[in-house]
Amino acid sequence: MNSFFERRYIIQGIFIIMALGLLTRLFYIQIIDDQYTLSANNNVIRKVIEFPSRGPIVDRMGKILVQNDLIYDIMVTPRLVKPFDTLKFCKLIGIDKEGFYKRWKKAMSYSRNLNSVFEKQLPVALYQAFQEHLFEFPGFFSQLRTVRTYPDSVAAQFLGYIGEVTDKDIEQSNAYYRPGDYIGRTGVEKAYENLLRGQRGVKNIYVDSKGVSKGSYLNGTYDTAAVSGERLTSSIDLRIQKLGEKLMKDKVGSIVAIEPSTGEILCFVSAPTYDPNLLVGRERGSNSVKLNQNPYNPLFIRPIMAYYPPGSSFKPLNALIGLQEGIINPQTTFYCSGVYWAGNHPVACTHVHGETNLTLGIAGSCNVFFDNVFNKLINLNGYKNIEQSYIDWKMRVNKFGFGVKLNIDMPNERKGYVPSAAHYNKVYGARHWNANTIISLGIGQGELLATPMQMANIECIIANHGFYYKPHLIKAIGDKKIIKNEFTQKNDVGIDGQYFEPVIEGMQQVVENGTARGSKIPGIIMCGKTGTVQNPHGKNHSVFVAYAPRDNPKIAIAVVVENSGQGAEWAAPIASYIVEKYLKDSTTTRPSGRTITWLREQNLLPELKTDAENKQRNAKSDSLKKAIRDSIKNKDRLKSVSHKIKRPQNGQLAAIQLKRKDHE
Amino acid sequence: MNNQRSFFFNVDWVTVLLYLTLCIIGWFNIHAAVFDEAHPSIIDMKTNYGKQFIWILSGVTLGGIILLLDNRFFQALAPVFYGITIFLLILVLIIGRNVGGNQAWISIGIFRLQPSEFAKYTTCLLLARYLSGVNIRIMELKSFLTAGAIILVPMLLIKLQPDDGSTLVFCSLIFVLFREGLSSKFLILGGLFIFLFIFSLMFKMVYVMGALLIIAGAIIAIVKRNRRMAITVLAGLLLSLAFVLAVPFIYQHVIKEHQRVRIDEWLGLASDLKKAGYNVHQSKIAIGSGKLWGKGYLKGTQTRFSFVPEQSTDFIFCTVGEEWGFAGSVVVIGLYLFLILRIIYLAERQRSPFSRVYGYGVACVIFFHFFINIGLTIGAVPVIGIPLPFFSYGGSSLWSFTFLLFTLLKLDSNRMGIA
Repeated sequence: MNSFFERRYIIQGIFIIMALGLLTRLFYIQIIDDQYTLSANNNVIRKVIEFPSRGPIVDRMGKILVQNDLIYDIMVTPRLVKPFDTLKFCKLIGIDKEGFYKRWKKAMSYSRNLNSVFEKQLPVALYQAFQEHLFEFPGFFSQLRTVRTYPDSVAAQFLGYIGEVTDKDIEQSNAYYRPGDYIGRTGVEKAYENLLRGQRGVKNIYVDSKGVSKGSYLNGTYDTAAVSGERLTSSIDLRIQKLGEKLMKDKVGSIVAIEPSTGEILCFVSAPTYDPNLLVGRERGSNSVKLNQNPYNPLFIRPIMAYYPPGSSFKPLNALIGLQEGIINPQTTFYCSGVYWAGNHPVACTHVHGETNLTLGIAGSCNVFFDNVFNKLINLNGYKNIEQSYIDWKMRVNKFGFGVKLNIDMPNERKGYVPSAAHYNKVYGARHWNANTIISLGIGQGELLATPMQMANIECIIANHGFYYKPHLIKAIGDKKIIKNEFTQKNDVGIDGQYFEPVIEGMQQVVENGTARGSKIPGIIMCGKTGTVQNPHGKNHSVFVAYAPRDNPKIAIAVVVENSGQGAEWAAPIASYIVEKYLKDSTTTRPSGRTITWLREQNLLPELKTDAENKQRNAKSDSLKKAIRDSIKNKDRLKSVSHKIKRPQNGQLAAIQLKRKDHE
Repeated sequence: MNNQRSFFFNVDWVTVLLYLTLCIIGWFNIHAAVFDEAHPSIIDMKTNYGKQFIWILSGVTLGGIILLLDNRFFQALAPVFYGITIFLLILVLIIGRNVGGNQAWISIGIFRLQPSEFAKYTTCLLLARYLSGVNIRIMELKSFLTAGAIILVPMLLIKLQPDDGSTLVFCSLIFVLFREGLSSKFLILGGLFIFLFIFSLMFKMVYVMGALLIIAGAIIAIVKRNRRMAITVLAGLLLSLAFVLAVPFIYQHVIKEHQRVRIDEWLGLASDLKKAGYNVHQSKIAIGSGKLWGKGYLKGTQTRFSFVPEQSTDFIFCTVGEEWGFAGSVVVIGLYLFLILRIIYLAERQRSPFSRVYGYGVACVIFFHFFINIGLTIGAVPVIGIPLPFFSYGGSSLWSFTFLLFTLLKLDSNRMGIA
């Protein structure tokens, strides 16, 4: 029987070869191929994001403007859910049965084993009621989150709002953000996003095959803690901000106040405003739609986006440039007969001022005086060099922050408009225009456009006798109170300090015994200038710019109230109350008798237009380019008399006509 | 009386040591595979590792008892054992408990008996007894058919349960017949059919047939002087071609749906990592992530967090691969190979043909389990649910392997005696 003895070797050989086959395969998957290690880690390690709390923003006194509020997300793990009283559940968290099944379907389609959000952002009050019954609903649990909250409901446009990131945000951030994250959309929230958001933490945890957590990975060696966002100290003064929003109730317009010695923005009112708490929480979506559809457009940030012809507030600039260029001195006078003849085209003045020097020109807002100055400036280098003279003039104007962005620390700022020489070459043809053609610029009209922020900044320059600090919203970052370097740099406008006195003197006269005398503040010397912007669609826009006190100025201010009337009627009293409140922390009644209560109660909202008109207006809005295009079309007509270009405006309601009659 | 003592001294302690080593390594791996934080102790009776400890102790005791039995007991009673097994296999089809789609269990009180486990043992015994008979020559048709019937009857009964794994185990006994003189053509043809089956599924039939023709032509060209050889090759070619033609039919009609899915997954013809392919995929992740030295005892993440189903039974090798790495895998595979070669060595040193044939039966059964079980955890063979001998959790399986092995040790300890 042992004749087949040698077959043992064959059998042994086959067995050995097969076992070696197994070992080879093992060697390949265990030593050579790394994919299994990755897969194993993917299986069991879950990265759990720890969300940092967003930095709070406080006012200049340390009072909270925005902080974080606790809310609760109701989470669900479908696998763990057992039959329960759905009706009660719906009632407790305030949804209907249909909504319940919709959410349930969504959670199931996401995962049976993993947690997902069932209902977002339950307010604390609702949550407390729910929490008592939580044990009746196995599979449901709550997760603490934070949302923004605004205790005083102020400064909505200033603070801005946050919103969930879009795909584009994620892409632009190199995937720093993840779906569901929040990001600053406007205002300070956007400008300081990087500081406010803080740093996410990551926790590595083990999960089993069902996705259930099994404790931390390597005792948290690779975990990082979340770092809260920086606390930002804003320059806003909550007292005057609140007062400003009160005064601007039911009105359209802006208040901008700046501390001249630092450039810190003290007050930033955009009217009509809205309660920033509307853009937080469960109703955010529907509120956002409502705000977007509101015809008064509360989301429009008027202080830095709305354009107005600067008018009277611009006049000091021409005088200052004239003094610096040496074409006039404080004693130079021009004779005002009530009309200035630009060639054969008359520019009317408000009064017959007679022999007028600089201070009187300012105090009386004499068109003839400033047109004369402007005429001299444009003809400074002779008739042949008008274009060059204009370019020089424009450069000086730009230095005042006109026609250029001030680059404040907030997005969406607009730069206003000072036309270029090229523009006029296009409209009239090269060498076919002169001082008379563009004489409106002399009194802050013509194509000139500025934002309330720029107007307020000019007051800072005057108050400082020739320089300004970049206006800014945030005066200190974090606990160490760091201030950005760019905000401590002086910006010189190239005018010697001595030239400011006659201008200031004139501005003081405006308040002491001029148009704004009704808004004189007892015990405070304020220097100001009223303005009235003609509005073809309704009542005029009321404008007032000022700073106070005259010596050692503390506050510079610009107020615009659209569709209200003359500058002295509305903007001036409003500005005076803000200034008084800021300087004295109390208010007295004005000589004009316009009290805070009375001002607040006046509804100056313009009547709404019909849809057809709205459409027409929308088609025209925001199109400086279009204006230019139009002006080229109308070239011939324009050449003759003063410019009657219909200027598109940027406020939804503000309609500004270039031809503006200046009251003082 | 001195005889009794020499029994124990004659026992092959190397094999016993291998047996115990595998049992204990298996036990520790079961501990890791089904580790329960609430019951961390390895001898906690509430857990499967605690129970396995009892199975091992009782298994060793049974082994000792077997060593005390009379040598002639096994040979004489082989037909009786076999008969009882066949009876039980029929009985289980009638009154058996259906667990997981297999009608494989008979409940007697608190015990659950799995006749198919013992069928391997009794079949080996009867086959050994028959082949060791006088004038039995496997080359003769009658003997071949009888031996084939001994294997096929329990095989078919198990197939009816249907327990595919245990059914296939009986195929391994072809090596026993081969050792006893079965023509090598059967072995070659068997191997050839397996490869042809795989190739036919993976490639177009035309290519497989073309390749067959070319290879056969080449062989005939080389051996053309040897006409007998050429005719054999030609016959083999015809058989192969017929088989290849039959493969699609076999695949669609003989092989069942769930088996097809497993085969498709194995060959990569289909891939569904969430369903059919989930087990093997997770098993490969577990083993592959072990790298060279493994993640350490009780530190395998796949193991601890139950990503691999059936991890204490069919997929027990995952634990070895994940927690002990390639090093551990080499050790375990080395131990098995050592044990199997040792068994063959023991079988060959028997004077009694009965003992030798039986020894080969043991080697074949253990090897088949070992190869298929480890192979399936790394995707080297399709999923066939059979336990890893001495390693997997479960009393029936441990006991039956103990019977199998210790009967051989008993026969071996008495090899000098009269057959």
